[in-house]
Amino acid sequence: MLDLTYETPKPRVISGAKQDWELVIGMEVHAQVSSNAKLFSGASTKFGNEPNANVSFVDAAMPGMLPVINEYCVEQAVRTGLGLKAQINLWSAFDRKNYFYPDLPQGYQISQLYHPIVGEGEILVEMGPGVARLVRVERIHLEQDAGKSIHDMDPNMSFVDLNRTGVALMEIVSRPDIRGPEEAAAYVTKLRQILRYLGTCDGNMQNGNLRADVNVSICAPGQYEKYQATGDFSHLGTRCEIKNMNSMRFIQMAIEVEARRQIAIVEAGGEVVQETRLYDVDKNETRSMRSKEEAHDYRYFPDPDLLPLEIEQGWVDDIKARLPELPDAKKARFMGDFGLTDYDASVLTAELDAASYFEAVAQGRDGKMAANWVINELFGRLKKDSLDITDSPVPPAQLGGIIDLISSGDISGKIAKDLFEIVYTEGGDPAQIVAARGMKQVTDTGAIEAAVDQIIAENPAQVEKAKQNPKLAGWFVGQVMKATGGKANPATVNQLVMEKLGL
Amino acid sequence: MMGELTKLTLAEARDKLRAREVTSLELTEACLTAIEGAGALNAFVHHTPEIARDQARAADARLAEGDAPAMCGLPIGVKDLFCTKGVPSQAASRILQGFLPEYESTVTSQLFDAGAVMLGKLNMDEFAMGSSNETSCYGNVVNPWRRGNDDTALTPGGSSGGSAAAVAADLCLAATGTDTGGSIRQPAAFTGIVGIKPTYGRCSRWGIVAFASSLDQAGPMTKTVRDSAIMLGAMCGHDPKDSTSADLAVPDFEAMLTGDIRGKVIGIPKEYRMDGMPAEIEKLWADGSAMLKAAGAEIREISLPHTKYALPAYYVIAPAEASSNLARYDGVRYGHRAKLAQGDGITEMYEKTRAEGFGHEVQRRVMVGTYVLSAGFYDAYYNRARKVRALIKRDFDDVFAAGIDAILTPATPSAAFGLGEMQDADPVQMYLNDVFTVTVNLAGLPGIAVPAGVDAQGLPLGLQLIGRPWEEGDLLNTAYALEQAAGFVAKPGKWW
Repeated sequence: MLDLTYETPKPRVISGAKQDWELVIGMEVHAQVSSNAKLFSGASTKFGNEPNANVSFVDAAMPGMLPVINEYCVEQAVRTGLGLKAQINLWSAFDRKNYFYPDLPQGYQISQLYHPIVGEGEILVEMGPGVARLVRVERIHLEQDAGKSIHDMDPNMSFVDLNRTGVALMEIVSRPDIRGPEEAAAYVTKLRQILRYLGTCDGNMQNGNLRADVNVSICAPGQYEKYQATGDFSHLGTRCEIKNMNSMRFIQMAIEVEARRQIAIVEAGGEVVQETRLYDVDKNETRSMRSKEEAHDYRYFPDPDLLPLEIEQGWVDDIKARLPELPDAKKARFMGDFGLTDYDASVLTAELDAASYFEAVAQGRDGKMAANWVINELFGRLKKDSLDITDSPVPPAQLGGIIDLISSGDISGKIAKDLFEIVYTEGGDPAQIVAARGMKQVTDTGAIEAAVDQIIAENPAQVEKAKQNPKLAGWFVGQVMKATGGKANPATVNQLVMEKLGL
Repeated sequence: MMGELTKLTLAEARDKLRAREVTSLELTEACLTAIEGAGALNAFVHHTPEIARDQARAADARLAEGDAPAMCGLPIGVKDLFCTKGVPSQAASRILQGFLPEYESTVTSQLFDAGAVMLGKLNMDEFAMGSSNETSCYGNVVNPWRRGNDDTALTPGGSSGGSAAAVAADLCLAATGTDTGGSIRQPAAFTGIVGIKPTYGRCSRWGIVAFASSLDQAGPMTKTVRDSAIMLGAMCGHDPKDSTSADLAVPDFEAMLTGDIRGKVIGIPKEYRMDGMPAEIEKLWADGSAMLKAAGAEIREISLPHTKYALPAYYVIAPAEASSNLARYDGVRYGHRAKLAQGDGITEMYEKTRAEGFGHEVQRRVMVGTYVLSAGFYDAYYNRARKVRALIKRDFDDVFAAGIDAILTPATPSAAFGLGEMQDADPVQMYLNDVFTVTVNLAGLPGIAVPAGVDAQGLPLGLQLIGRPWEEGDLLNTAYALEQAAGFVAKPGKWW
């Protein structure tokens, strides 16, 4: 599908007081499955409802209530697995992860420890044109989200909102293949992009619909290669897990500061303790949440309320056949079919809506020109107004119309920009606007010739200079354009100026 | 006349109702009166006379229109483990103090759809954990049976002891029970009634307070095998709300009661012949075997080699599941919450609430279950128990594949014992009550207890028949043949 050749980026190296250190990073991304109902109950997943509005008897763990799997969530997990070129396990099972917390009504989370629905896959993380890291995905499993405990509403009481309780999550676990803070952020960005293309997670990090636990360790240069060759983790440093990150920027900052903390410990002769840590944004530091000794014993065991999840290959094949074109393939196609640069193709495929917009504009037109207009003019203008591509006041057909007018020579590039602004702010058909407002480019050589003659006649000194230095001919072109109100065809003007000056 | 009405079987009452010889309201009033007079048994823990009368009137109306489904107008009791809408449902535990479900369990809902009348909720061991009914927060049920002229109070068995006592004492025509390791069959045997635990997946577990999800099954507790056939048919069936419920058609069990078991092969498992088994139980078992043979069945000795591991495996798996299932009783959303002291946090709330809310046996099992699932012990206990379970199931699969139609065993290792007798005993002594019944739950098979005789002191003794999965109809028919041959007609003398 994708034949992009790429080279592997260098790992991030941090110089300590005594030596250089490399970073090794693995990620566990929790992605909320896009579905109307929860994983094991019919309650709504709608965000922003009144607290405890989206709660069924099952979610509230009333006595005798039983979970029933939401088949659509399973389909979404399978779709995600296929999108990550992963092994789909036709037989998987649910386990209970037991712990007490008020926002966990059952006293356990239903998850898939022993037999996840999706096995090994991969994600190509691009770090720049021709540079990319292939990060292996270890597994994806389905699990329930917990609710929300609210501690700051009352000095003496805590409150619990169960709206999120039982919502389906996909936990996407990577191998420790990520080698720096920027790569980590790029990994999440790419994963998010794929999920959004697939429609399996909206990727909204602000609402917590996509969040990451980041495992960070450090090692001396050369150690990682030993790990890769043997699969033996003892070549790597002890890892710490930074929980619940929901911003690309904070992910990078947290990794950076955590790596430096570990380096300081090791260089002082200490040992990094395996533990779960929290990132404090205000202080830009990570803090111990609980150590390995304090770690919960989750007492995982197969959930006896649920039969093993068995799916059929035919069903998987059917989902596969209906997969949309994914970012890597789309990018390659944009580069191949439209002659786009790696950079432009990346920009245009970052979001599916933008890619679709571009394709509608580029269809039957010059691809590079379409890309320039979409990226430079449209994106720039939308950004100024903080608008999303889906809210663009200029539909693809109209932007295409503007490009057509340039291609046919009816308007110049400069006029086209004015025309774009008119279409953007006022709307209307570009061709009609050009006709109605007399914006059409003058290609009548007679009229242009007269203007050229007049400028030459009025500026004999400039003519002499230009004959010595032909580069100054551009001054005449500019004067002619000015005299014609910008409507003269620049190519014709140029040609005539050269002729008349005898250059 | 009133007293006579409560003595009716479901089948007799049904026929009289359909023949318009009696009304459901009359039957219901008779039962309500019997219940009023039976406080000493402590069988009913919540009385629902108004619901009963409303349901009875509705049933009478249906009967008048000639629309008489299987349980129409028949007054029954419901084990407190079933959630019944708007009616206290506490699983006989303090921790569910004041809990009123806003939903109706699938099984009771189906019974009501079939016209059944609910008289009230029945006592039981707390969270169905117990074999003597002594762990109930309401205090123990007393068995209506007594040893000869000795008025020592006896256990009705457990956990469905309230159901067993209520049916045996003719307080209701039948009752629902649940069985995780023998909780229908052991009390049925202790009180001289019939109780069947159907194949795992036959009855929906939705709305039944969970004890051990992979073992729990609801079933009827009735005066006769025919009644069990009638009531089981109304209770079971596929429920999409329970993922472990089987999507299988429910046959007309009653129509399968021909009593003809000629050519059936009955297995007698040699491993069930325990050391120190009372001679009376030995004799009962031999008599049962002879009766089935006389009825035309072939008797064959069989081996279920992993039987001796069943009880330990059960007492690992059931507590493990229970420890997780009972985590939801945390004082946060419903039921009991402990009064907290100044400065107490969430941990104190959990600890105090659960210490106050759960009785000793429940606490013991939660702790055992937590232990066997904990890191470092999981493989040695829980995983090993699962493997044992698979082997036990295979034992049964093998004998069924070899042509065995049903297996005959004693239902219990003794007759009903005295309340308090086990108080100072090792808990394992109490667990031994389940020795003949837990294998059936571990293998997910149907098992039925049938009263087959009395001991020297006049206490009822039961035999157990174990059937092939999903063949409750065939099992009920074998039980029917045994019931006919045994001719058990004894009733407890009314002393309460």
